[in-house]
Amino acid sequence: MAIISEKDLQPIYDVIVVGSGAGGGQSAYTLTMNGVKVLMLEAGRNYDPVTETPMFQIPSQMPLRGMSTRQKPFGFADATVDGGWEVPNEPYTQASEDPKTHFKWWRPRMLGGRTNHWGRISLRNGPYDFKPYSRDGLGFDWPISYEDVAPYYDKVEMLVGVYGSNEGLENTPDSPNGTLLPAPKARAGELFVKKHIAKHGLPVIPIHRAVLSTRQDHVNFPPRLHPGNPKAQKILAKAMQERAACFWATDCGRGCAIKANYQSTTVHLPPALATGNLDILCNAHAREVTLGADGKANGVIYIDKATGQERAVKARAVILAASSGETARIMLNSKSSRFPDGIANGSGLVGKYIMDTVGGRLGGSVPAFENLPVHNEEGAGNHVYIPWWLYKEAGKLGFARGYHIEFGTGRRMPGMGTGGASPGYGKSYKEEVRQKYGAGIGFSGRGEMIPNKDSFCEIDPTTKDKWGIPVLRFHWKWSDHELKQAQHMEQTFHMIIETIGGKPAKMSKTKEEAIEAPGSIIHEVGGALMGADRAKSVTNQWNQCWEVPNLLLNDGSAFCSNADKNPTLTIMALAWRASDHLIEEMRKGNL
Amino acid sequence: MEKPSSESPNRIDRRAALKWMGAVVAAAAVTDKLLGAPKDPGAKPIEGAGRLIGTDPVLNKTYSPGELWSLTLTPAQRVAAIALIDLILPPDNPATDKLASQLGVQDFIDEWISAPYENCAADKPVIVSGLDWIDAEAGRRFQKKFAELDEAQKCQIADDICGKTPVKKEFKAQQQFFGRFRSLAAGGYYTTPQGMKDVGYVGNVPSVDFAGPTPEALKHLGLA
Repeated sequence: MAIISEKDLQPIYDVIVVGSGAGGGQSAYTLTMNGVKVLMLEAGRNYDPVTETPMFQIPSQMPLRGMSTRQKPFGFADATVDGGWEVPNEPYTQASEDPKTHFKWWRPRMLGGRTNHWGRISLRNGPYDFKPYSRDGLGFDWPISYEDVAPYYDKVEMLVGVYGSNEGLENTPDSPNGTLLPAPKARAGELFVKKHIAKHGLPVIPIHRAVLSTRQDHVNFPPRLHPGNPKAQKILAKAMQERAACFWATDCGRGCAIKANYQSTTVHLPPALATGNLDILCNAHAREVTLGADGKANGVIYIDKATGQERAVKARAVILAASSGETARIMLNSKSSRFPDGIANGSGLVGKYIMDTVGGRLGGSVPAFENLPVHNEEGAGNHVYIPWWLYKEAGKLGFARGYHIEFGTGRRMPGMGTGGASPGYGKSYKEEVRQKYGAGIGFSGRGEMIPNKDSFCEIDPTTKDKWGIPVLRFHWKWSDHELKQAQHMEQTFHMIIETIGGKPAKMSKTKEEAIEAPGSIIHEVGGALMGADRAKSVTNQWNQCWEVPNLLLNDGSAFCSNADKNPTLTIMALAWRASDHLIEEMRKGNL
Repeated sequence: MEKPSSESPNRIDRRAALKWMGAVVAAAAVTDKLLGAPKDPGAKPIEGAGRLIGTDPVLNKTYSPGELWSLTLTPAQRVAAIALIDLILPPDNPATDKLASQLGVQDFIDEWISAPYENCAADKPVIVSGLDWIDAEAGRRFQKKFAELDEAQKCQIADDICGKTPVKKEFKAQQQFFGRFRSLAAGGYYTTPQGMKDVGYVGNVPSVDFAGPTPEALKHLGLA
């Protein structure tokens, strides 16, 4: 089995996995390592980071010095293929003309999905994050607790490789000894911020990122991850040996040809393919999940993008991991006499309570950083961050939930912004460019959004994509919790920049201006909530749809809250947990 | 130079304020690059105006100006652009460094103003008419083309429009030209290997460990 073309499809699989990113990759990995025969459908093209990643290319080798365009929004060298907030031939619509209600929907169309370009920030949800309703009466509790998920966080961290440290801070979980890889050293500017803001109670600590700071322990990790499964251990040991440690030079967002960072295409899929149990079909755009007479999911209808033809494939169970928006769309488009409003949507909750992360930002310049003695500050993206530090103040802030702070400093690869704004010309101009280079600082907040009934997606009654598939229509509304939180972020960044003697950029005039546009942060989750009550949720705690238990939702769609912690690590942990449970249920004959 | 103190950040003079604004713009670029999503969705293509970079370009190759879309500058405009680029970005060590024009910065500027994207297209009339003007102005003042002037003569024109000292009303359009041209020239230059070395960027080089800040850097920041 391998990356196949349509003629090689088997008549029936144990499981079809729709999507190849964090959720799909983890599901396929867990299932195939345990002998389950899987077909993975990917809407985009095949993609190989080992041969396609422009590791050391500099802007002068790229068109327009790598400028960001609508078709490559993160710049020319970004790993994303055929993706962005606008995808050709695949529209989506907004319910209202009011821009404040618009949701920007990011979609990649490539093997590995958005794992190829993501920030690799891998923070665990803490105990509070699974029980937000119990703490402040807002949103929903998860039907699981931190203790249920912790063993899977351990496993995912060992499998994908995460650098970081244990700091013992509130609701910021430690990992068991030996699980994390060593944190890289902080950069000069990061240490400077740490020193000067300690008096304000803001901790600057090593961030957790899915990057190999050292090579993985290929001797001890495989038996811990796959006890009693020598074949899986052997395959994983080999896969781990094929990954090199980070060489601290290039932008993770381009992808990683040496497999030092996690992307599904370099970490999940190679060992899954090596089991011989995985077929991957690319350019296969899933349209709907089909339902058997017994009320179970029995396959998927997809569009072969090369020919535009509609095809059907069969399986004993189906996992949707197409991204929360696309998963909701597939479910809502899967209509039958039993489920006229979409498969497993008797509750009417599919598409409801969609969330993004609350984003805020402020930059500035710091005189102290000027003329810093030249040294290599490239490293590997973020090395440190500031976790939410005001849990004790929750009732006094005017907004309910917290945020963490990511920030960047240093003498990083020059781009079109370098030197452009200094006055004059000639020697004195160049002198000033040198002085100012690396003297900038940028802060971003990443905060928790509380799910609300006004933020949802549904099927647009008229608009269809190129293949005739009805598209999503979005509704969005921030609550005051999110708006005030974004304003608090800006005020905090302003305070930090002034504290380090810097000059902050201009602040927003209103809280509506302070918050980044919905969908900007690309932490789209929700739309098929997990819950303890089948009348009030779409899936149970095992990501199984209540009404169709052999249909699992293993991406972010089952999230019923969106903690400030970036969602990918939790998506992977829950996908592993759900896949383990699926295997058990299949063995028992319960599905 | 003027440094605002953290106690009274508003007490900076206008010149310092302008400098800071520039640095803040650069800082915003750092923010975009390092921290999550870009604020702007990216340059908007102009449909039908030429071949776009597209959604799936080959990334592992070196692109040359003129490869994706045809270029704009006339031979005379190119000659003027070369002279202005080398005036703005003179080599620190003429014996060892190449001129910015020898690194093809004018080709990049031509690529930029010729590109089928809205922000690039907005620069095109500014740059083209500015280059025509600078030759005409050289003719008016010295009866020569701009490139044929000696250094002092070139500076006489550049000083009037570069914005370092107050710019006369009649040169406001030329000031806008000079600012955009300098911005494009600097972006073009500092993204070349020589430009990176010039500004003090020493990354993009593999190493076994991330060494972190040097003792000198820590001392500079009062951290050692």
